[in-house]
Amino acid sequence: MSASIVIRGATVVNPDSVAVADVLIVDGIIAAVGGTHDADIVLDGSGCFVSSGFVDLHTHLREPGKEEAETIESGSRAAALGGYTAVVAMPNTDPAQDNVETVRFVRAQGIAAGLCEVVPSGCITIGRLGKQMAPYARLAEEGVTFFTDDGTGVQDSHLMQRALMLGKQLGVTMAQHCEVASLTKGAVMHDGECCSSMGVPGWPSAAEEQMVRRDIELVRATGAKMHFLHLSTAGSVELVRAAKADGLPITAEVTPHHLALQDELLRGFDPVFKVNPPLRTAQDIEALKVGIADGTIDAVATDHAPHAGHTKEQPLDDAPPGMLGLETALGVLNTAVAVDAQQIASLMSWAPARIAELTERHGRPIAVGEPANIAVWDTTTVWTVSRDDLSSKSRNTPYHGMELRGRVRHTIFNGELVVRDGKALK
Amino acid sequence: MKHLLSTHDLSVDDIVGILDVADHMAEINTRTVPKVPALRGKTIASVFFEDSTRTRLSFETAAKRLSADVMTFMASSSSLNKGESLRDTIETLSAMGIDALVIRHKSSGIPQTITQWTDASVINAGDGWHQHPTQGLLDAYTVTREYGTKDSLQGRSIAIVGDIKHSRVARSNIDIFRRLGAHVVVVAPPALLPGNIESWGVEVRPTIDDVVADVDVLYMLRMQLERMDSAIVPKLPEYCATYSLTPERAARMGSGAILMHPGPINRGVELIVDPADVPGSRILTQVKNGVNVRMAVLFSLLGSGATSTLQQGAES
Repeated sequence: MSASIVIRGATVVNPDSVAVADVLIVDGIIAAVGGTHDADIVLDGSGCFVSSGFVDLHTHLREPGKEEAETIESGSRAAALGGYTAVVAMPNTDPAQDNVETVRFVRAQGIAAGLCEVVPSGCITIGRLGKQMAPYARLAEEGVTFFTDDGTGVQDSHLMQRALMLGKQLGVTMAQHCEVASLTKGAVMHDGECCSSMGVPGWPSAAEEQMVRRDIELVRATGAKMHFLHLSTAGSVELVRAAKADGLPITAEVTPHHLALQDELLRGFDPVFKVNPPLRTAQDIEALKVGIADGTIDAVATDHAPHAGHTKEQPLDDAPPGMLGLETALGVLNTAVAVDAQQIASLMSWAPARIAELTERHGRPIAVGEPANIAVWDTTTVWTVSRDDLSSKSRNTPYHGMELRGRVRHTIFNGELVVRDGKALK
Repeated sequence: MKHLLSTHDLSVDDIVGILDVADHMAEINTRTVPKVPALRGKTIASVFFEDSTRTRLSFETAAKRLSADVMTFMASSSSLNKGESLRDTIETLSAMGIDALVIRHKSSGIPQTITQWTDASVINAGDGWHQHPTQGLLDAYTVTREYGTKDSLQGRSIAIVGDIKHSRVARSNIDIFRRLGAHVVVVAPPALLPGNIESWGVEVRPTIDDVVADVDVLYMLRMQLERMDSAIVPKLPEYCATYSLTPERAARMGSGAILMHPGPINRGVELIVDPADVPGSRILTQVKNGVNVRMAVLFSLLGSGATSTLQQGAES
């Protein structure tokens, strides 16, 4: 029996309504919405929204393999602080999540941490090497619904087509990191004006768009579901918009950093701004925002990518790409993009829960009888990010010193209060 | 000014000022004892993570002529081979007490990055494809002194031929030449032009024949032979047919025009003509001016007092 909780004074955000109501949680289930209640724990929700907990489609937890950068426990804590009640763990671990044992291990570590649901994804190819298909059926039996070689795109078109056909048969989703590798050898940043004057190898927009285009045609041919990870260019948004208009079963995500940060930030050669796909231009950012507004982009996903300090203290071309994102996602989205509370809940909870097929427990309405996976957050608190205050094991946030508007106050996972007043309780 | 990381850090006044100081250094270098005490007691570390002959020796010569102590770090014989990180290397050198760190590295941006790990002045001696500011300065010195127009290159046309995309020399030189008023033309195979070349403020011409007879300065870049093997440029003979300086083309250069090259030369590649046979060749002048200009840079960053102090000899 977990302690009963009441959230007082918050505005409840549901797909069909936004209204102030107290929310009572008893035994992990929402017991009342509205009315006046007492409970073991009374949470102040004034000035806040209460929605289903956030769901991140794109989290690198680094365990197993790179525990010096993050563990499933430290990453889960960062997630809970960011309002997440579920995160999809990317499979580029060591060993990779291309086998049942590793998938079980990741899930078990998530349960042991008990801060959010850790949902292992599976690899599309063995070892993410792009050569041989992973055992989708075995992994699907283990509950894996989301497959990706994230970090690299699947270069072999024939293999990708077969993966989609199998995915369709199994009812799982293939998710692509769109990057034609032959166009991005050694690439450090967006191939634009800035890159040209800095004298570093560029990552052209075409390298992403070419794979988006290919995969749209493969979806057209196979009828399989496909999700595009971290789209970053105006051209990609345009392609996905047209594909959706054709009725293809495609979904797409964008990261907070691609909405907020530009390639110009790399002028100082600081590897904290190196990420894959790279930060792009103001025009790309505008196009991504339009994509959010018109529904072309379904979800905001963090691509939370912790790296131990010394690995980012390397030359820009040797430093690994990636940045932290879980604890800042809401603030960055709310600061960079004009979105209302329902849009935030949709982009960060409802849509990603559908895409990852977690809707039995996540992304559900705040209503009586629903499981209590809940985030309480505001869109008004102005706070300054400090890398030293983040709970991730790594420090590679690009937002250090930046002011954000909007913050998570409380997170309830499985009926248990795990974050209270912005502090993790375990 | 504490560091010299990029030509973009320098105003036109800074550039003209450094070139003026270089004139004083040129005078010192004509003395029987070409040495002054201007930087006595200063320690300069030359830290080269990439092979170099002329730039390293030029800096070390410049430092010694100003009476600085010179510490030479060779990456090939260092603890880097034992896995020491760049940061630890720089912090270790700095702990020995150095006033300036002259650095060359294969990665763009490293000089800027290491400024956070040392209190010493950092001087960029070439980073990746990014910048080689003292090369830009010494080349501007060479051209302005050639034409006797000390603070301006107004009205001059300069063609830079070769691998622009991967060239730190091109990035530094184009910036300085343009800001001193020159018209800059670049000639390169399309794959060796940087992306967004239109943002560089230069004219692009397809072949060396388009420019050889018309420009005041023909600046040939070193063609890195390893690029010939990749998908970047066609085979060598095809490259030479369009971009190399042959004796026939050299003969078409204008009467007052000069030939420059940052070295080292690939004979038979970008220069098929022997530069000794080109009356306008200033390639060795560039090397000589390099010492003057690097003395000027070291003095500007580390020296105290006016250039008049340079009049004293080392013995005084």
